[in-house]
Amino acid sequence: MTGSMDLPAKGGFSFDLCRRNNMLEKNGLKLPGFRKTGTTIVGLVFQDGVVLGADTRATEGPIVADKNCEKIHFMAPNIYCCGAGTAADTEAVTDMVSSQLQLHRYATGRESRVVTALTLLKSHLFRYQGHVSAALVLGGVDCTGPHLHTVYPHGSTDTLPFATMGSGSLAAMSVFESKYKEGLTREEGIQLVSDAICAGIFNDLGSGSNVDVCVITKGKTEYLRNHQLPNPRTYASSKGYSFTKGQTEVLSTKITPLKQKVEVTEGGDAMEE
Amino acid sequence: MDGFAKSIGGGGPNVPAGSHPAGGSQAAAGGGATQRTQYPYVTGTSVIALKYKDGVIMACDTGASYGSTLRYKSVERIKAVGKHSIIGASGEYSDFQEILRYLDELTLSDHMWDDGNSLGPKEIHNYLTRVMYNRRNKFDPLWNSLVIGGVKKGPKGDEKYLGMVNMIGTHFEENHVATGFGNHLAIPILRAEWHEDMTFEEAVKLVEKCLLVLLYRDRSSINKFQIAKITTEGSTIYPPYSLKTYWGFTHFENPAQGAVGSW
Repeated sequence: MTGSMDLPAKGGFSFDLCRRNNMLEKNGLKLPGFRKTGTTIVGLVFQDGVVLGADTRATEGPIVADKNCEKIHFMAPNIYCCGAGTAADTEAVTDMVSSQLQLHRYATGRESRVVTALTLLKSHLFRYQGHVSAALVLGGVDCTGPHLHTVYPHGSTDTLPFATMGSGSLAAMSVFESKYKEGLTREEGIQLVSDAICAGIFNDLGSGSNVDVCVITKGKTEYLRNHQLPNPRTYASSKGYSFTKGQTEVLSTKITPLKQKVEVTEGGDAMEE
Repeated sequence: MDGFAKSIGGGGPNVPAGSHPAGGSQAAAGGGATQRTQYPYVTGTSVIALKYKDGVIMACDTGASYGSTLRYKSVERIKAVGKHSIIGASGEYSDFQEILRYLDELTLSDHMWDDGNSLGPKEIHNYLTRVMYNRRNKFDPLWNSLVIGGVKKGPKGDEKYLGMVNMIGTHFEENHVATGFGNHLAIPILRAEWHEDMTFEEAVKLVEKCLLVLLYRDRSSINKFQIAKITTEGSTIYPPYSLKTYWGFTHFENPAQGAVGSW
């Protein structure tokens, strides 16, 4: 049977360009900054499966780059992965492993296992010695049961009943440590995850906007995008900013038709190759 | 005087300079005035405090670390000041002892006025703010985050007061405060669950919740805590005690069960 995955490139991370990059930096080149997700991501195991949660703010230094981004990535129909760290790194690495899992499913004819995704991720990240800045919370339910793991940028992993990552991880972890118990029901699990993400949203500057939740049980996955919107847009007036016609007084009107500068000829040839 | 090269810019009171603080003998940096910056050596970790119905409750653990070693395990980091206040400190313990001496002088000279008036928590807080800020301006800080709480009769009856000052002189007053790691782990819980006029039992339960999270997640915390309260009747510092921890999650047992031989 042919291998369904590429063989890893010989030799690990290629440091060829490092000397050239250092020389450029010394000559005054300002390297582009990374867009970090400055995040709160959490996961917990409840009685029937796994609940994952994430906030939706992506930051570029002090600026909010994306108010409503998606941090819960698809890996397999029964496995999802939350990502913190550099947005490009988390997207790329989860996409890559997701397609590897798909090929593996075709080759084996079986549902993907969480440990497969885990091993693929950690091997890749270790090879890149922490330069791929992706901190992940991986959760899913497979034939061996529910699993929840954290993956760190250098490639180490943990298997935990509840986990948090990102800049808001301490705020979320304080909620988990004080309220988590085994055998939670689905509603309790979703509520606890939402509480933890809200703690991150309101107490950490790098996290904000809305709460995304993903509930994975045997045979069923529910992706609750924007499960809570605790930061609605508010307006000074209760009617919001709707301006009806006639609210602004028109003093004078002048209409200037634009001269046609382009001649449109009908029946031209279709665009050439 | 010794001139250490390291400037104050790095970390707060709970960040020792590496695992071997006593070996920090660096040559003074070239250029100009002698800088009397410091490393903290023996440090205490978080203090948390909150206002409740009868006054203020404050709690911390009784440990003091020497870098990464847990050197002292029975250290009292909360003390009474005068009749109306209690003070808790995290950070360099010797600087806390110095601050207590300043406060002793202050309360003694206040007592000698014998005018029927006594310093309340607001006044102590203000005094300490001036001390901390002035030391910071001389590049010779007292490496502490202080929490001052108390109750004193004012024009509107008994006024509860809770405030914080840190080593650079930042000071504020709040219904609940925490220092060090408590800022990240305890404040989210306090913000969600504190409310006006909690009973003493409710306040203790809330404080214990925060202390337990700190015990699990702060490496310099130990399982021996002291709670202190201050009311109009005076201050009480309770004897130290331990909290029960829970380690029985099924997922903590045999985490690699899903894939034998994995790591």
